[in-house]
Amino acid sequence: MWVVLLTDFFLFLLLAGIGLYSVLAYRSEHLRAAWRSVIMRRMGAVSVVVLGFFMGIAILDSVHFHPRLEQPTERATHSNEILSVFDVLVGPMRTQVERTYSAPFAWRSHNKEAMEVEGQVVRGYPRLEYGGAHLQDPERERAGDIAVRVLSGAAQGALVWSALVLLVGGLRRRRAPPPDVAPLPWRWIAATVLALLALIGVAAELVGAYHIFGTDKVGEDVLYQTLKSIRTGVLIGTLTTLIMLPFAIALGTMAGYFRGWVDDVIQYLYTTLNSIPGVLLIAAAILSLHVYMSAHAEDYASLAERADLRLLFLCMILGLTSWTGLCRLLRGEVLKLREQDYIQAAVAFGVPGMRILWRHVLPNVMHIVLITVVLDFSGLVLAEAVLSYVDIGVDPSMNSWGNMINSARLEMSREPVVWWSLAASFVFMFVLVLFANLLADAVRDAFDPRVQ
Amino acid sequence: MTAYIIRRALYAIPILIGVNLLTFALFFVVNSPEEVARLHLGDKQVTQEQVEAWKYERGYHLPLMYNGEAEGAEQFTETIFYTKSVRLFAFDFGNSDSGRNIGHDIRQRMWPSLALAVPSLLLGLLLNTTLALMLAFFRGSYLDVGGVVLCVALMSVSALFYIIGGQYLVGKLLQMVPISGYDTGFEALKFLVLPILISVVYGIGSGTRWYRTLFLEEISKDYVRTARAKGLSEQWVLFRHVLRNALIPILTGVVVLLPLLFMGSLITESFFAIPGLGSYTIDAIQRQDFSIVRAMVFLGTVLYILGLLLTDISYTLADPRVRLN
Repeated sequence: MWVVLLTDFFLFLLLAGIGLYSVLAYRSEHLRAAWRSVIMRRMGAVSVVVLGFFMGIAILDSVHFHPRLEQPTERATHSNEILSVFDVLVGPMRTQVERTYSAPFAWRSHNKEAMEVEGQVVRGYPRLEYGGAHLQDPERERAGDIAVRVLSGAAQGALVWSALVLLVGGLRRRRAPPPDVAPLPWRWIAATVLALLALIGVAAELVGAYHIFGTDKVGEDVLYQTLKSIRTGVLIGTLTTLIMLPFAIALGTMAGYFRGWVDDVIQYLYTTLNSIPGVLLIAAAILSLHVYMSAHAEDYASLAERADLRLLFLCMILGLTSWTGLCRLLRGEVLKLREQDYIQAAVAFGVPGMRILWRHVLPNVMHIVLITVVLDFSGLVLAEAVLSYVDIGVDPSMNSWGNMINSARLEMSREPVVWWSLAASFVFMFVLVLFANLLADAVRDAFDPRVQ
Repeated sequence: MTAYIIRRALYAIPILIGVNLLTFALFFVVNSPEEVARLHLGDKQVTQEQVEAWKYERGYHLPLMYNGEAEGAEQFTETIFYTKSVRLFAFDFGNSDSGRNIGHDIRQRMWPSLALAVPSLLLGLLLNTTLALMLAFFRGSYLDVGGVVLCVALMSVSALFYIIGGQYLVGKLLQMVPISGYDTGFEALKFLVLPILISVVYGIGSGTRWYRTLFLEEISKDYVRTARAKGLSEQWVLFRHVLRNALIPILTGVVVLLPLLFMGSLITESFFAIPGLGSYTIDAIQRQDFSIVRAMVFLGTVLYILGLLLTDISYTLADPRVRLN
């Protein structure tokens, strides 16, 4: 039984928007050229591939459903739990839950426990229920077993990759490229895809037998948590912009074009919002929401829906604090544009103001919008972590890098230290933000007329 | 100039009123004081008398905007809006929900915040300008490209990792400084070294990259070409001409931050248990103490507007071509 959470709905809306934009960009000659020059840069091409991979995981993780009960009763045929397609795909990662902490690739627990050995009670490290459970003599066999699995996983990844390369290569040869256009950095794209496929292959071979990034306090697989956090990060980075864009574009262009009292009111609005330190405004709004939610706790069907609503609200608040920058940029640009001859000509022909805005002004400021959207993404992903640390981010029950770091803070002071939760969130967050930053650079270079 | 400053100060009043109305709406209209009281007192087992007593102690028993029971001007002054919001304009912050005087707390906690923020800002400024100037000097070389890539990588790491990593490495493994805490007088120094260091390192990525762009923008201008054509050495051009002119946007960018230094750094202070205004705010948020959050929002707004005003004035001081009118 499929379920569409609110954030899922907005994500699909966003995807539809991206699809529409792609069609428009493909049809318009200069947009196609600009995007081509983004991908022509090596770093641009690599980032597009990596971010596409992250986005893919986020999308798979956004298709939710209630699983069918194994023994359906009269009253219910489906479980109350909400799973995503991604949960099903990663299978053992989600279901193989240990009792408590265990290190990456461990075969025994991280904590000493009292256990029974040959009738006597001794303190020691018990074997894990799943991690390395298939090994007879873990201390000798483990290294070899891991090596075999890594090699076979990488080989499978490479096999899929070769098939893909042959397929794409065949398609490309059939359609000879025009000679005057610079070629795309196919080697870099292929190398990135190979690296990603090999990693997926290795991970797929290993997850059933080991916990690659160990387990957390309640024994959940850390790799699973950090992969689930991708959806939260991507959603915050994209939905926030999706929510703020209509306001920023409408108000910014109107303020610049109509001037007069419209401009005064809009300027007053964004100066006021901008004057409040962002974190405090977010804190104030989230605190209010918190009180509201605890006062109306019975309105929410499940914890997941409640967490989801909080995530959406967080996006809205972040959007509220971040639209002002774009609005000001657009206002300034439109102030310049409205003096241009072609706008003056449209005015002289008696074209109504709103139509001038839509047909003549808007297309000429879209590059600013695009650059801002891409630039903001990485900042928003980073902001989520900080906000969750301060308890004004996403719901504590939701998987997010901020929540992982938050709990890792106490783990770092344990003896011996539990570092893998922090390491996992660091690696994934760093990769996402780094490639988002690199893409933002490439997009700015391609679209900003001042840079060229 | 004086007229300009006065006009800007007057312009700040409607903004402050707007901010005030917004926070008032967020805290009292979205959630009634009744709900806030119940949240603070705990769960469902609270009697109505306890809620009333809680509200009465903190002055939340008054009506929101208009008091029909009072006489004359008190119809407006004996309300939550007047006692909680309007009095902020006189910097009378009142008491927090736990009964402490907020104004007193702020005056006390401002100093540790400044002790952390001012050295971080100055050191960061010095280091970033030096690094950016170096990259600009070797522009186009492998050093420059590598430096920029490194900057982007540094920018892509969350502040939380810098802090946790720094605390673990310097504080726990090397045991060079205490992990967290604070002391009065010069004893505070050993607690401040690590947070200052981390703040500076955290700022390197974005700061250096931004300053490098400013330098490169300046280098491509005509007067630089003229200077080179005269036969001046590259070092002389960079230090005497480019640096001086690029410092204008750098310094004015710093000026807007100056007043906000009082507010402290939220994350760093709370990680290192420095009793400044940043950790004050965080504690208030986590204890859901709305009075403190409201006071800090107001203070932050005033300081931000002050920063903007100072920026405008510093423009005229640094660049005689700019006139305020």
